[in-house]
Amino acid sequence: MTISLFITCYNDTLFPETGKATVILLERLGHTVEFRAAQTCCGQMHFNTGYVGDALSMMRSTLDVFATAEVICIPSSSCVAMMRDQYPHIAQSTGEPALINAVSRFLPKVFELSELLVDKLGITDVGAFFPHAVTLHPSCHSIRSLHIGNKPQELLKCVRGLTLIELPDARQCCGFGGTFSLKNPEVSAAMLSDKVQCVLETRAEFCTAIDNSCLMHIGGALSRQRTGVRTVHIAEILAATDAGAIQ
Amino acid sequence: MSIRVGEAAEAPEFPTAAKRLIQDSQIRRNVRHATDVIRGKRNRVVAELDDWEQLRASAHAIKEHTLRNLVRYLEQFEAACTNAGGEVHWAQDADEANQTIVGLIQAEKKSEVIKVKTMTSDEIGLNTALEAAGIIPSETDLADLIVQLGRDQPSHIVVPALHRNRAEIRQIFRREMNLPALSDDPEELAAAARAYLREKFLRVDIAISGANFVIAETGTVCVVESEGNGRMCLSLPQVLITLIGIEKIIPRFEDLEVFLQLLPRSATGERMNPYNSIWTGVSPGDGPQRFHVVLLDNGRTQVLADEVGRQTLDCIRCGACLNACPVYQQTGGHAYGSVYAGPIGAILTPQLQSMQHSQTLPYASSLCGACYEVCPAKINIPEVLLHLRSKVVENRDAPVYERVAMKIAALALKNADRLSAAQSVGRIAQKPFERDGVIANLPGFLRGWTAVRDLKPIPKQSFRQWWAERDQSK
Ligand code: SF4
Repeated sequence: MTISLFITCYNDTLFPETGKATVILLERLGHTVEFRAAQTCCGQMHFNTGYVGDALSMMRSTLDVFATAEVICIPSSSCVAMMRDQYPHIAQSTGEPALINAVSRFLPKVFELSELLVDKLGITDVGAFFPHAVTLHPSCHSIRSLHIGNKPQELLKCVRGLTLIELPDARQCCGFGGTFSLKNPEVSAAMLSDKVQCVLETRAEFCTAIDNSCLMHIGGALSRQRTGVRTVHIAEILAATDAGAIQ
Repeated sequence: MSIRVGEAAEAPEFPTAAKRLIQDSQIRRNVRHATDVIRGKRNRVVAELDDWEQLRASAHAIKEHTLRNLVRYLEQFEAACTNAGGEVHWAQDADEANQTIVGLIQAEKKSEVIKVKTMTSDEIGLNTALEAAGIIPSETDLADLIVQLGRDQPSHIVVPALHRNRAEIRQIFRREMNLPALSDDPEELAAAARAYLREKFLRVDIAISGANFVIAETGTVCVVESEGNGRMCLSLPQVLITLIGIEKIIPRFEDLEVFLQLLPRSATGERMNPYNSIWTGVSPGDGPQRFHVVLLDNGRTQVLADEVGRQTLDCIRCGACLNACPVYQQTGGHAYGSVYAGPIGAILTPQLQSMQHSQTLPYASSLCGACYEVCPAKINIPEVLLHLRSKVVENRDAPVYERVAMKIAALALKNADRLSAAQSVGRIAQKPFERDGVIANLPGFLRGWTAVRDLKPIPKQSFRQWWAERDQSK
């Protein structure tokens, strides 16, 4: 299967390892991976802050870039949520039939990484090796918008060497919320400190998630507090093998 | 017209108020404890019902249908209520409602009233208006009494004194009821309140209530509560004045079946409220003999006119979204500067005020969706929050730094070349702030971020550069 990657703007810029891991993983599973270099951003940050016009332009260009793609893989549930929850409304609001159609053709092709693996490709054991204690933060978008259920946990449980430790109060938001963390930094920090406390309680070495946005937030505090606990995107765990686990 | 929502127009903006409140360890502890307890109870009793999701869908459908036919149902209610001996008054805004109520009390030649818990009366600032007219209002809901005696503001729509603990309540009662020996034993506190209130129930002859539901078909009004103090107010006095926001209407008596399952479970985690008072007009020789209804608009018809915002009026004021909200859990209700706190407050308060005030409220959310998940009326609160944010931006009311930053980001994301260029600029710009492999001290509006979090610097190679390189070497 040819799988087209949407790497998302902040993964491209800040977390290239996640994109690389996604490529390595999917190729290892025998698929052809393509990256359409014209892609930029799904428009989420602008839309969520109220800048609908800017989000609309980004949506248009995303639809153009992926018009001919067969299957689109996105290692970020918040971007997938933006597309599924908002693209249809944004398209409707323009009243352009062509755009509305483009969205309805686009959406069925979009898969978040764990959806792609478990639902579309039907695998949970991807042959990974990651000999560490790991806890999973189920991001808000993944549970309340994508209704991802236990897919990430199923994938992690099949990773050899990995001990999965349940996160207390797991469904509680980490307090990132995009520009929320800039507009209300104190409240965001208070939410974050609760989350960090829960992560530390697990005594895990790594905190993982299917979203780097939450991990950037949680990881920022774990690093500042010198906890020694690291964050890692699920793609990087799933890509790791005996030959090349991250250390 | 003067549409007011309590003192919201003058209140400090959310980020400012929140910053102060999250440093109040006592309030945070009280709020955290109370919301955890109610949330736990709510989750347990909701899990008992197999048809919870269908009930939510029904509630949403009934409310949406009613709102689309609101004029018809309001007129139907007016006719039925009048027919049953009630008198219906219409109020466009807060001032008109207050004047009507003051006028009704003065016509009875009374100078004291007892009140059943009603958030709507706080919305219109009724107590202040009554006091200005020389009328003494006494709250009889225990939590409302604590708020009133403490000269405080409600911090939760169901549990207004949720931010107070026993020790603080004892202080207030000791001072205001003149009981220096009172302990903080819950039974003793309740007994003190009972003695204090009973004297009023037996003496004061006019009551003011709100309503949970009003039924168009029969002209019936429904109030649910836990203490029985409401029942006292609704049955003992000769005169009853009921203040009702026009969105409280439901078409038929049997619709209560849906709402009376959803409300108590969502609000207090009870299967049923201990007291369900349901009455129609006046019954000769039994209960209040003069019954007035004041139907309040105060900005609601404007909310109704907004396609996306309209669902805000589906709210049955259960407070579940407050208890579920991680932002509310940190700040408590006072940060919202309005009688309506939490997620519902964040969408209702600015809309009632035609987006002229309280514009930071739609941003007082991380969009985690916990509110939508629990809302018994299935209001898509995150959707409304986003809609209101777009209005703030449309009205050019967003801060300048944000508008500039968003413009620059939009330009950088316009195409891949620009994104690559922006990434290169970022790598250079971050240099002065980088230390030991992290960015720990950013200036300006980014300062709040790095105050408690390290930021990972932009790495040397972006994904797209890695891909291009790999492609070439193939
Ligand atoms: S918005 Fe929903 S959850 Fe919140 S108070 Fe209203 S009905 Fe309850």
